[in-house]
Amino acid sequence: MTAGVLALQGAFAAHASVLESLGATVVEVRTADDLALVDRLVVPGGESTTMSMAAERSGLLEPLRAFVASGRPTFGTCAGAILLAAECFDGRADQHQLAAIDISVRRNAFGRQVDSFEVDVPIPALGDAGLGDAGFHAVFIRAPAIERVGDGVEVLARVDDRPAAVRSGAIMVTTFHPELAGDDRLHELFLRS
Amino acid sequence: MAQPPQESSAAPSHQTGSQLVKRGLAEMLKGGVIMDVVNAEQARIAEDAGACAVMALERVPADIRVDGGVARMSDPAMIQGIQEAVTIPVMAKARIGHFVEAQILEALGVDYVDESEVLSPADEAHHIDKWAFTVPFVCGATNLGEALRRISEGACMIRSKGEAGTGNIVEAVRHLRSILGDIRALTQADSAELFDWAKRLQAPLPLVQEIAETGELPVPLFCAGGLATPADAALAMQLGAQAVFVGSGIFKSADPAPRAKAIVEATTHYGDPHILAKVSRGLGAPMTGIGMDDLDLKLADRGW
Repeated sequence: MTAGVLALQGAFAAHASVLESLGATVVEVRTADDLALVDRLVVPGGESTTMSMAAERSGLLEPLRAFVASGRPTFGTCAGAILLAAECFDGRADQHQLAAIDISVRRNAFGRQVDSFEVDVPIPALGDAGLGDAGFHAVFIRAPAIERVGDGVEVLARVDDRPAAVRSGAIMVTTFHPELAGDDRLHELFLRS
Repeated sequence: MAQPPQESSAAPSHQTGSQLVKRGLAEMLKGGVIMDVVNAEQARIAEDAGACAVMALERVPADIRVDGGVARMSDPAMIQGIQEAVTIPVMAKARIGHFVEAQILEALGVDYVDESEVLSPADEAHHIDKWAFTVPFVCGATNLGEALRRISEGACMIRSKGEAGTGNIVEAVRHLRSILGDIRALTQADSAELFDWAKRLQAPLPLVQEIAETGELPVPLFCAGGLATPADAALAMQLGAQAVFVGSGIFKSADPAPRAKAIVEATTHYGDPHILAKVSRGLGAPMTGIGMDDLDLKLADRGW
């Protein structure tokens, strides 16, 4: 199994290290040629505006849209959730959406960096998958919020009564950073999908 | 300092200002370019080019060199103007040891404070106690010992100092090679030698032991000081920096917007010479630059 990590900008190295520790072969994806090598993809956190521009300039927008539409497993965290969403509020007018999952996301919904936080959130799907108890330590960095979920989108976790982890088909997104807190179970869930 | 938002009794409380949260933002900036800007218009040019953050300051280092005098924290009105102009993180500089400037920057809600040698030092012996803040700090370093002293004071990101405002990459290369070379050497040292390493580096032993074990700094390492071209950014990345700061190099060049965009692309594709060749074409004149022998003032010597 070859897992790609979109490496245009952001926390790609942290994701690659978690995936490698779980036994996956990891490719850093910066071009369409790189993307052709992988059968699943992580879209990491970082600055969504920067990543959107880099994807466009690197000729990756259409290959990425085709990749997520093909049903191959894709896991987006924070800025990755923004890029994969159908709709984004408080972004730049020229920001691109991959529209892989029918959700609406608001950028920087919790405030500036001084408001970034960590908190324990229950994720019952982890228990259902035989991956231990539901407790998960979630790290939110200038995090977005999911303000709308479409039909058929399953909410896996909530923070402040707002969805913080959702799944639809082969696409899973979190508004927090599972790659930072030393708990690899969401990555395990992604590799199993 | 900002209090965490109040929760209903049933909800677990949000913990703000932890090392995980502070170092976490530095993780998010990796692979990106942080650009010095002096007004809202430059901030918008930086964001349009794909900067992952901007550094708000009153004068870029090249002008601070020319003007002389005391360089201080920027006017809060100017910082707020930049915060309103862009959606990406906004950093700002405080003088070395000037913890009240840092308190003011935290109150303004800047996303990172740079305790910077580019401004005139306010304290000739002490840096800011950065553990006391919710906002994270980045500090400059010329060698591994300096980097570890800053981390022991609570810095959540280290950048090479380089020599700001010169457009000359040579000092940044020296600092990166020194920091990364000593990290590589530490991983080869035996446990008895680590005590001597700590003494020579003038750094806390537990941090020295941690690096000998992991082979990397416990916080991200970025490059700053003298970058002026896409090739400079890619050089820093190939040497082992995880992101780059570009100060005077963009807005002191002949045509800032295309140069800013090219430096962003070079930082993403730093390992691909064909892409580097493509993005380096036709950018106009870079900033003039200064040789190290012609310098009256070496900013990198500030900091202790």
